[in-house]
Amino acid sequence: MELRKDYFADVRKDGLHEIGQGRPRLDSPGHVTGKTAYFADRNFPGMLHLKMVRSPHHHARIRSIDTSQAEKHPGVVKVLTANDVPHNVYTILILIQIGPEDETVLADGKVRWKGEAVVAVLAETERAAQEAAAKVKVDYEVLPAVFDMEEALKPGAPLVNEYHGQNYYLYDSGECRKVRFGNVEAGFAGADHILEQSYQSSPIEHAPTETTGCVVTPEGNDRFTCYTNTQAMFFTLDNTSIILQMPGSKLHFVGGTVGGGFGGKVDVIVEPIAILAAKLTGRPVCFIYSREEEMQISSPRAAEKVVIKDGLMKDGRIVARKVTGYTDAGAYSRHSPYGAQKGAAHYPGPYTIPNVWIDTYCVYTNRTPSSAMRGFGVTIGDFALEVQMDKLARLIGMDPLEFRFINAYRDGDMKAHRQPTEGAALIECMQEASRAANWPVAEKYMAMSSYRKEA
Amino acid sequence: MAKVPVQFTLNGSEKAEFVESGATLLHALRDKIGDTSPKGGCHQGTCGACSVIIDGELRLSCLTLAETCNGAAITTTAGLAEGGVLHPLQRAFLDAFATQCGFCTPGMIMAAKVLLDRTPNPSREDVVEALSGNICRCTGYEPIIQAVLTAARANSQNAA
Ligand code: FES
Ligand code: FES
Repeated sequence: MELRKDYFADVRKDGLHEIGQGRPRLDSPGHVTGKTAYFADRNFPGMLHLKMVRSPHHHARIRSIDTSQAEKHPGVVKVLTANDVPHNVYTILILIQIGPEDETVLADGKVRWKGEAVVAVLAETERAAQEAAAKVKVDYEVLPAVFDMEEALKPGAPLVNEYHGQNYYLYDSGECRKVRFGNVEAGFAGADHILEQSYQSSPIEHAPTETTGCVVTPEGNDRFTCYTNTQAMFFTLDNTSIILQMPGSKLHFVGGTVGGGFGGKVDVIVEPIAILAAKLTGRPVCFIYSREEEMQISSPRAAEKVVIKDGLMKDGRIVARKVTGYTDAGAYSRHSPYGAQKGAAHYPGPYTIPNVWIDTYCVYTNRTPSSAMRGFGVTIGDFALEVQMDKLARLIGMDPLEFRFINAYRDGDMKAHRQPTEGAALIECMQEASRAANWPVAEKYMAMSSYRKEA
Repeated sequence: MAKVPVQFTLNGSEKAEFVESGATLLHALRDKIGDTSPKGGCHQGTCGACSVIIDGELRLSCLTLAETCNGAAITTTAGLAEGGVLHPLQRAFLDAFATQCGFCTPGMIMAAKVLLDRTPNPSREDVVEALSGNICRCTGYEPIIQAVLTAARANSQNAA
């Protein structure tokens, strides 16, 4: 691979000898002395605590909300509903022109998942906020809900999210992300074996040790400082700016210290409402998820379903692959349209297959909105692909590692996305793995290289 | 809510506070006294991030009522370094890459300290047992176990 040394040529130092050297992390002295300041380590005089009233239903129309009893509860300072939020409908990826806005900050007219935020209660103590939240009366008309992606895609299924108009994300190019390469049906027709399998996963919670939250303090001049453990500082700044209709110059975000995230803290959920609360009360506000909320409310990794059909020759070559992938976004988009798209790019695997056909759907259901988590969109796909590879090898009685050597992509091979492969090293990695794992393969595979093809 | 006076020593210095009856020691330490080294990860006794040492015993400060600590000697990770010199455990966690996000670290160090105070030459199994109440979601437990074993070796060399 070419190393571009012309960038920053004037400032870069060559002759670095970093590999194999121990380097202390800059933040670890703070960690071992207990001095690192996480957002919740800030405590301001007069700080209010925010608790959410959440939907007990998966799908329901809100007939009315009565906050009068909660407002009278001792210690309560303010109760917020959708009417208080300047721009209540938003979507995180709008910043990169991925719409439509489809999620409410506080539910307006309808709830689409169990746990959705409906009313925010602000009180002098956490306990008062909790007790008052229990006194908010919401009159719901329960609607039929859908929890299964295939059910959601059937005609006549309950419509989860009106902002989309159908239970899947409509990409600019159509109802799913597509990859087309070669002629997959011709590939299947000429194959010795065909294996079609489906794989599915459940949502997975990140469970960071520190729960999601923020502390906001008004600075005067209508400016606000928000200490947060977000993993996505600029998404948060920009989305908050849109939701609260406030210029970024009024918003000062302080972050960078995250007590575990794993992708679970990239959604913009706690900051806008906490800043709004600080603005409307003129007091510092703390909004922090309880452990129970973290497990039930924060976006998990999406549940996925992957159907893989492969056409295989007796000699081990995969000649056709057709994949349909489904990503369960839950009730709102968050980062899922992007996850489904990544899947489309990933399903050919690191293998050279002459005929490929891929569709990936981002589906809406009445489940907790899913979002980012460590390689979302491709991690479950890899699991499915590699289990499928083992099954294919077994089908023709071939060693599973040798089978991968036969199909591994090498320099010059055309990928299904019509990008020629460059800088491949899969063969070399597998050779190393074969040695390290003491899993011997035939000599001819050890003689292979990613860089040239044997005649 | 009725307020109760409570007095204890924290890392060697006298503290006196009025706390709400029923308030946790975690709350008193973090929000009243300002020692934020114990962390609140679950507030229900399962993660170990809030661990402190009370009269030589490892305790979960989220499950300990502040009012029961009258006259106690409490140690937290914030009080471990002496005269700016890191405790061998702190040094070992730093050197062994045993801390990533750092949120579990103060609790881990407290649990390890109680172990080493009682068992200066622990086996690997002793370390695993001692840390079993502390959850780490980032580091993976092996570097933490290695750090505690390293600190134990450093201790025994000092003693020799
Ligand atoms: S906060 Fe005390 S054990 Fe988790
Ligand atoms: S280092 Fe993050 S939880 Fe242990």
